Amino acid sequence: MSKVYIALQDNDESRYIVEAIEESNPDATVIHQPAMIRIERENRLVIERAVVEEKMGREWDVQELHINLITLGGNVDEDDDQFVLEWKQ
Amino acid sequence: MPVYALNPGYQGERMDRVENFHGNQIVYLGWDEHRMFCAAKAFPLPPSMPFAALIENIMPEAFGQHPEFKQINWDSAEWLLDGEPFKPQADVSLADQGVGHKSLIRFKTPELTGYQGAGV
Amino acid sequence: MAAKKLNIKDKYRLLTRDLDWEFSYEDPKQAFPYEEFEGIKITDWSKWEDPFRLTMDSYWKYQAEKEKKLYAIFDAFSQNNGHLNVTDSRYVNAVKLFLTGVSPLEYQAYQGFAHVGRQFSGVGARVACQMQSLDELRHVQTQIHAMSHYNKFFDGFQEFSHMHDRVWYLSVPRSFFCDARSAGPFEFMIAIGFSFEYVLTNLLFVPFMSGAAHNGDMATVTFGFSAQSDEARHMTLGLEVIKFLLEQHEDNVPIVQKWIDKWFWRGTRLLTIVAMMMDYMLPNKVMSWKEAWEVYFEEAGGALFKDLARYGIRMPKYAETIEKEKEHISHQAWWTFYTHGHAAGFHTWIPSDEELDWLSAQYPDTFDKYYRPMWELAKEQEAKGERFYTSGLPQLCQTCQIPMLFTEMDNPNQNSMRDYLYQGERYHFCSDGCCDIFKEEPEKYVQSWLPVHQIFQGNCGGPGVGEVLSDYYRMNVGVDNMDIKGSPDEVRWNKWKGVA
Ligand SMILES: [Fe+2]
Ligand SMILES: [Fe+2]
Ligand SMILES: [Zn+2]
Repeated sequence: MSKVYIALQDNDESRYIVEAIEESNPDATVIHQPAMIRIERENRLVIERAVVEEKMGREWDVQELHINLITLGGNVDEDDDQFVLEWKQ
Repeated sequence: MPVYALNPGYQGERMDRVENFHGNQIVYLGWDEHRMFCAAKAFPLPPSMPFAALIENIMPEAFGQHPEFKQINWDSAEWLLDGEPFKPQADVSLADQGVGHKSLIRFKTPELTGYQGAGV
Repeated sequence: MAAKKLNIKDKYRLLTRDLDWEFSYEDPKQAFPYEEFEGIKITDWSKWEDPFRLTMDSYWKYQAEKEKKLYAIFDAFSQNNGHLNVTDSRYVNAVKLFLTGVSPLEYQAYQGFAHVGRQFSGVGARVACQMQSLDELRHVQTQIHAMSHYNKFFDGFQEFSHMHDRVWYLSVPRSFFCDARSAGPFEFMIAIGFSFEYVLTNLLFVPFMSGAAHNGDMATVTFGFSAQSDEARHMTLGLEVIKFLLEQHEDNVPIVQKWIDKWFWRGTRLLTIVAMMMDYMLPNKVMSWKEAWEVYFEEAGGALFKDLARYGIRMPKYAETIEKEKEHISHQAWWTFYTHGHAAGFHTWIPSDEELDWLSAQYPDTFDKYYRPMWELAKEQEAKGERFYTSGLPQLCQTCQIPMLFTEMDNPNQNSMRDYLYQGERYHFCSDGCCDIFKEEPEKYVQSWLPVHQIFQGNCGGPGVGEVLSDYYRMNVGVDNMDIKGSPDEVRWNKWKGVA
């Protein structure tokens, strides 16, 4: 098993996205670093549009993630409802 | 395969042919385990230069800044020419004792172990 | 009745399938002449999928938003004299190194992706390369804008693009990209898209940006993170490329492996300057190079190669050497620049006593044994009024073009040197990795434009090194270079800060 990870800029929008990630992936690890937030989890991590929208209190397009994204590790799969990071080993 | 190219038979231009150095050849000099000098140094030298002249004129320019330089005993130095053990002949020219274009001359000074004995 | 909104999968399919056409009366081989000579076999381009499924309309929308945010911060930074908030005048030298050594690579990446974006017959790959090409152009532009503020207050920024093409140490990053861009389109994608973007770009940007954040440099943090938001997409493209090639044909596997071996080695050699920047040039340290290497290469790269094992891909060749070198290269590189401080386009210095102790703590197995004595010697020389600037010019590696400064990992006191005779001429290398790359394609690397040899050939002006620096490199000699102590940068900084 390996870890997938994603790092977001530390700002107001990311805060809600991180809250949503924690809700969708209860055992994910959140690490605060200078100006960025890194989240990792064994094998798979999902960001669900519905959960982010609930946290933000507005509509949220999954592709808006690009604005605050810094880096990631893992295979990406994105559609209208979710963004998935995964290792397939 | 000497190169993966669109056109068969592609050849690259040799940028450092000896003819490009105006009668000189490049010789690299390295003092082993003396890392005060981050790397071996390059010098354009006439192939006819006798080894004695290299020791007398080029070595101080290359390594004279080292606190141990003055203590070097050139008679006990151990030499490598292009990776092979080598006994320099003082009065013979570089070319005549096998020092060619882009040859690397390394020497070890067994009694000198560098600043603080640390190979520096 | 409102038109039904397309979902992103449909939108992406329409963009990348329906906009393409078949070549019915022209020979596709003539339209895409670069697609076969590397030996890569593509049986079905339609299998190409961009996992982000980004279409042009969303691309423009989100990029515009990123730019607006970025330029608002640039304005605030310069209106508030943001340069006064950095830790001290030493820090700015890391920014100079970035502008001369890295930003021009963004431009080369733009050129490279524009080129390969024309050469693939698969439309999905073409669209992805086109977007990346535009991103890279945006990166170089925003970096120049961000750093233009520093140019008003510090020396050494004024001729960055001219210097990139000429200066001895900048031939390292420059030739790295020239090598990739003069390869075929598939090798370029593995070199830059996969090896550089997927694994190594994290080691370039994330430490630089966290370093900037830690040292009060808002402008660099902002352009860095804005660029990284594109890099995440580039990394994903890099991973897709490699999976696509490996899935298309089993004959591609050994070719791809050979490129991985080559480009990881080339990339780690290139990152030597980042290692030195992290360990020596940041007044406030973020993490050591060694630690960054462990997080971003050993851990993240390890996971990646485990994932790729199912295709028969193994870790890059010489990974064990690279693992040992993480304890050494930053020290060797900064010593090289310190001792060549008269020929660098930025300032160098002896680390402070606290910094030396930090290095000992970060590198308990190597620093005190191999590297602290160098700084003791430098201090001794400086105290005598003989600040050490080395004489002469160094021997360079034919492949990576770095001075032959690396040492043997089984005897770190001894420089590592390899040579190889090709058609009667001798060539020198810093390592087995660089030597292997030459042997695979000697006709390519006999063409290396080695700055030291070029100077001796008389192609860089002269006759002395002084004229090469001032006229050919356009360095402001005595101002841009030499030790930070007593430099005009330091004098101005102390005046602004009211330090005597
Ligand atoms: Fe970029
Ligand atoms: Fe990129
Ligand atoms: Zn090399």
